[in-house]
Amino acid sequence: MSEPVIKCQSVYKIFGANAERMLKEANGNVDAKTFQENGCIVGVNNASFEVSKGEMLVVMGLSGSGKSTLLRCISRLTDATGGKIFIEGQDLLNLNNKELIELRRNKMGMVFQSFALLPHKTVLENIAFPLQIKGIKTENSINKAMDMVKLVGLDGRENYFPRELSGGQQQRVGIARSLAVEPDIWFLDEPFSALDPLIRKEMQDEFLRLQEKLQKTIMFITHDFDEALKLADRIAIMKDGIIEQLDTPANIVLNPATEYVRKFTEEVPREKVLLIKDVMDEITSDNMGDIKVSKDEIIENVAEKILTQEKTVAVTDGKNNIVGSINPAKIINTVFGGRKNNH
Amino acid sequence: MELLKKYPKLFQWLFLLAVFFALCFAIDVPETYKFIRGQAEFVKDPNQSAFVFLGKEVRYYAFDVFWRLPPLLGWLPIWINDSLFFLMNDWMPMEFWNEDTQEYKTRPLVLQITRNLTAFMTFLIELIREILLGGLETIVAFTSWDWIDANPWAELPGLPWTIVAAGSAILAYKLGGKGLALYALLSMTYISIFGQWKPSMQTLSFILVAAPLSFIFGLGLGVAAYKSKRVEKALYPILLVMQTMPQYAVLVPALVLFGVGDHAAVIITMIVAVPPMILLTLLGLRAVPPEVIEAGRMSGCSNWQLMSKVLIPTARRDILIGVNQVIMVCFSMAVISAFIGAKGLGFNLLLALNQLNIGLALEAGLCISLIAILLDKMSLAWANKQVDYFGNLNFFQRNKNSLFFGVIVIVGILLAYFGSIYFKDGYNYLFEVPHNKGISTADFWNKGVDWIFDTFFVYIKAFNTWLIVDVLQPMRALYLRMPAVATLVLVVGAGYLIGGVRSALVVCGLTLFIALSPWWDRALVTTYMATFGVLVSCTIGFTVGTLCFQNKHSTNFMLNVCDIFQTFPSFVYLIPVMMLFGITDTSVLIAVIVYATIPATRYTIEGLRSVPAGLHDAATMSGVTKFQRLFKIEFPLAFPHMMLGLNQTIVFALFMVIIGAFIGTEDLGQYILKALSDKKGAGIGLTLGICVAFIGLIFDNLIRTWVGQRKKHLGID
Repeated sequence: MSEPVIKCQSVYKIFGANAERMLKEANGNVDAKTFQENGCIVGVNNASFEVSKGEMLVVMGLSGSGKSTLLRCISRLTDATGGKIFIEGQDLLNLNNKELIELRRNKMGMVFQSFALLPHKTVLENIAFPLQIKGIKTENSINKAMDMVKLVGLDGRENYFPRELSGGQQQRVGIARSLAVEPDIWFLDEPFSALDPLIRKEMQDEFLRLQEKLQKTIMFITHDFDEALKLADRIAIMKDGIIEQLDTPANIVLNPATEYVRKFTEEVPREKVLLIKDVMDEITSDNMGDIKVSKDEIIENVAEKILTQEKTVAVTDGKNNIVGSINPAKIINTVFGGRKNNH
Repeated sequence: MELLKKYPKLFQWLFLLAVFFALCFAIDVPETYKFIRGQAEFVKDPNQSAFVFLGKEVRYYAFDVFWRLPPLLGWLPIWINDSLFFLMNDWMPMEFWNEDTQEYKTRPLVLQITRNLTAFMTFLIELIREILLGGLETIVAFTSWDWIDANPWAELPGLPWTIVAAGSAILAYKLGGKGLALYALLSMTYISIFGQWKPSMQTLSFILVAAPLSFIFGLGLGVAAYKSKRVEKALYPILLVMQTMPQYAVLVPALVLFGVGDHAAVIITMIVAVPPMILLTLLGLRAVPPEVIEAGRMSGCSNWQLMSKVLIPTARRDILIGVNQVIMVCFSMAVISAFIGAKGLGFNLLLALNQLNIGLALEAGLCISLIAILLDKMSLAWANKQVDYFGNLNFFQRNKNSLFFGVIVIVGILLAYFGSIYFKDGYNYLFEVPHNKGISTADFWNKGVDWIFDTFFVYIKAFNTWLIVDVLQPMRALYLRMPAVATLVLVVGAGYLIGGVRSALVVCGLTLFIALSPWWDRALVTTYMATFGVLVSCTIGFTVGTLCFQNKHSTNFMLNVCDIFQTFPSFVYLIPVMMLFGITDTSVLIAVIVYATIPATRYTIEGLRSVPAGLHDAATMSGVTKFQRLFKIEFPLAFPHMMLGLNQTIVFALFMVIIGAFIGTEDLGQYILKALSDKKGAGIGLTLGICVAFIGLIFDNLIRTWVGQRKKHLGID
């Protein structure tokens, strides 16, 4: 396996006057309560994970869970108190200011919850801003920015000012700006949280379309569990600075690691999240009918097909080989019975 | 006992007051105490004890230390003086090349620096002045007088008034639209026709130098303070003191350092105008959303790019409001610095007031106010103007204003040329209307003043006498009757009750400084005048503000009136009151009241307006009457903001009391004014200024602490 694009080893972020000394004394055993008594607040507590190329990691947590802090550590908007972070093998915390600026100018893009557009620049100028900061000639940067305007579907509005745009349109500008330098790594900090539900759904679909085309390595922060399930390759669930569980959406729904995670999964419509392969049984000698379902189907799409059969149904892979089986009872059990973690 | 438990604070306050009055009655007025008019209080007296403290003889009545503390700080002014003179005359003598005599000369470093600085300032002022009015100095600065004699044609011609007037109208149009342009044109024409052109342009050139320089320094220091906590901490006390320091007081040390004239005035103006600019820059930069900064960082901005391309443009509005503040301070100083020889309208105004020529003073004051309002409105319009997109316009559309100005310049020059042919009597009215050839309304106003005096003399006199004998004198006597120790206990106790030990200590330090200076009695007189002014101002401001708030139109109208009144340089307020009440304490107090009512009214309205609309609706839905809503909801919630208004009112009142020294008071201000004409007045002036600033800061500290707690308690910010 090639080198992970982002790699974190026991990252800590602790706010407070003598955070570093306390972290050293704690010896890798950080307890938020004792730290708080000494005037320190633990933002990120021992985060270790990797994100590989083209993968989308969604970090999910409620407000105050440290998810944004974690993102800011990895983009080095704040310096981590302890641990190591590698970006494509480079030790992020050892970069000097110049190297860091170089890294950001070429490798990283970031989208913000409140859009963070520059109020005195037009849409086009906002998008061209990172390019101009890099020192690219005005004409070239404007041309490139125009491509970005088209990519996010804002043609015709390139000379508007942010104050003249709706929230959804402003975030499109934010997205275009973050993509203008063609970064490999894309950070999104609750990009759709400030939008109305309908616009949010539209933007999520748009985002998936973009990602399909661009295949960036993504860290996506959200407080919305449904959004995480919809977008993620893998999800990290955070609470009080600790990553409670990091796994694929299906595994999180089926095997919540902690009570906290389980609470989130309770209300999730499983048939919309899980694939057949997540719940299928092994090949049995039972009498299987003629109907076959693909293992990569979402349960919802094939549930009717299976449930109208009274027999076990064969599950096939992409090459039409039978790789497993599933029976109606299993479907019913998954959708309605799965409240007690009984895979 | 139950009451005590229910209102512990109330009883603490009552206890404090009881102690205060007990001390007042327990400590008798010493027989030897005299409040002496117009002299230093501590004349030599064989009954006094004396000792030498830090090189200054301290004299006091041994048994009356509770009554007035001994002036232990008497050495401070002398020390300041000596240090200043040492710096200027003896410290670090160095060899400097002298351009005139073509040889090296030994001069103290500071003297050389200040002389170079003043030369630079003089050059800047002359440059702008001669663009507006014409002259030789700028060319001389690059060549020499001999060269000028040989080349008599070399002279900056100056702009005809028509061009300046039309130019300002175009600028006003660009910034604020048709209304402002019309105002600019009319006021400029008025100034010209009424023969005030030359002094007005002198004042304008002063401001055009002082304001940009203050802006640059203020912005730079503001950015430095934003970037470094240490710089901010170092600047903070200076900013605080400068906010309440009377502008007179700064003039005095400047005299020593920079001499007399426009250049010294510009430097002083910068000292006064830079602090508000720093504060607003800091405020603006702090208000930039953190995500915008992060977006800049993630775009790969270096620190410099982040500041110049992200932070400052985003904080544009606050920074431009700072420019507006700077301009206002500059106008106020343009008048006051006439005391140290700055030319222009301020000088004329001062001269006219000295001669009691109210008509002339009124004319000059009107011109200052007209220009002040114009620049105020223009800078505000600039601050509120949003950036527009020009990319899709062609060359003519983009530059139509500049092109139009070009046409105006040509037309103006042609007009002036025709004028020089047409007007045979030697005055070219299309170039500049000379002072004595303009229309003058001075006589009319003077006659008006005479008429008022003749007609209403009896009533004014009666009112005057009543106010002085029945209100002011007793109040003053009461203030002077307070033993120093009792005052100290009262102030420190209030500090403790409001803000705990910390506040008590701060307030104690500030009060002690004044009490230990030789001017405690004068400070009491200043405080009494300010108190009287504040009490009346607050009553008026609160009532008017509340009444106006009942109706949207009257609210806006009142806020506009406040805006305009605030634009007038403070000195201008003295003109009408002198016109009506002559040279008495009443005049000063009425000027104080008028001036200090502005913030009182404004903050009342703003406070009431800041009550959230949701609460308004909620109250209406629970069926309150108008009065219930006002007293149960609006007043309690608006009260903290109104208290900030009180704070401003106190500062304004103190300023005006000190300026009132010009009319003739016997408080700290009078001593500052005297220090201005004293060769060794620098130390005295500065110490007195600090005393006034500290009076303001005592109230400032108490009120701000209280407001902070109250706001936290109410959960508003």
